[in-house]
Amino acid sequence: MTRLFRLRPWPSAALALVACAAHAGAAEPSRGERFFNEKHGREWACATCHGARPIGEGRHAATGKPIAPLAPAANPQRLTDPAKTEKWFRRNCNDVLGRECSAEEKADVVAWLRTIRP
Amino acid sequence: MKRTALLLSAGLMVAVAHAEDDPPRVPMLRAYEQECSACHVAYPPGFLPPASWSRLMHDLPHHFGTDASLDPATAKTISSWLEGHASAHAAKPPQERITRSAWFQREHREVPSDAWQRPAVRGASNCAACHAGASQGDYGEHQVRIPQ
Repeated sequence: MTRLFRLRPWPSAALALVACAAHAGAAEPSRGERFFNEKHGREWACATCHGARPIGEGRHAATGKPIAPLAPAANPQRLTDPAKTEKWFRRNCNDVLGRECSAEEKADVVAWLRTIRP
Repeated sequence: MKRTALLLSAGLMVAVAHAEDDPPRVPMLRAYEQECSACHVAYPPGFLPPASWSRLMHDLPHHFGTDASLDPATAKTISSWLEGHASAHAAKPPQERITRSAWFQREHREVPSDAWQRPAVRGASNCAACHAGASQGDYGEHQVRIPQ
């Protein structure tokens, strides 16, 4: 983890997840669902590639490549690697919102993903 | 001895003929496969010249309309590997797009123009739609199936 701190110029994955965890108590799955499915002033919503209920496979909007389900109930590997989770939030929030997501927004989405059942 | 030499040179000719048809199959760097094949097939490094890979790897936050940013150390590892295995003779295509390379267009000249827009294909960047072995770097003609 020390290595990660040294290498990353942006807020480290660990710190961001700590922030995420701090909001977890107040996380609101329904708010996460809405956030995930809405557009935020740009071409794509999260759901554009992942599907409205990401228990099934998604599809990359530009390349057409299948994307494994996001919901841990369908894909137990999801949300188990904090650095990976943070990397994808960073990239995808930039694509969907044109900025990084707040700790609260991320906590809401994660809370919602954990509630999804097949 | 003579026979061995003859066999060897025949083997070499086959190898050369194959190399002209398809770029050499290079074992994929694990980091490249992990980081880059999440959104698209891990394009073989021989599909672009070193200058194109260098440009792409230096602007990952603006990668064909998406943010594909990486931590600097991983980006450097992948970049060195791509440039080390890049095509020595391909010209730099416009916008570093593999699909706009002269060799790409030549190889695909027999593909009906509507095929690229079919729902199962969606675009020329989706190699695996027609090349079943694309994720293993196999673009041989015998593996091609164009979805209807």
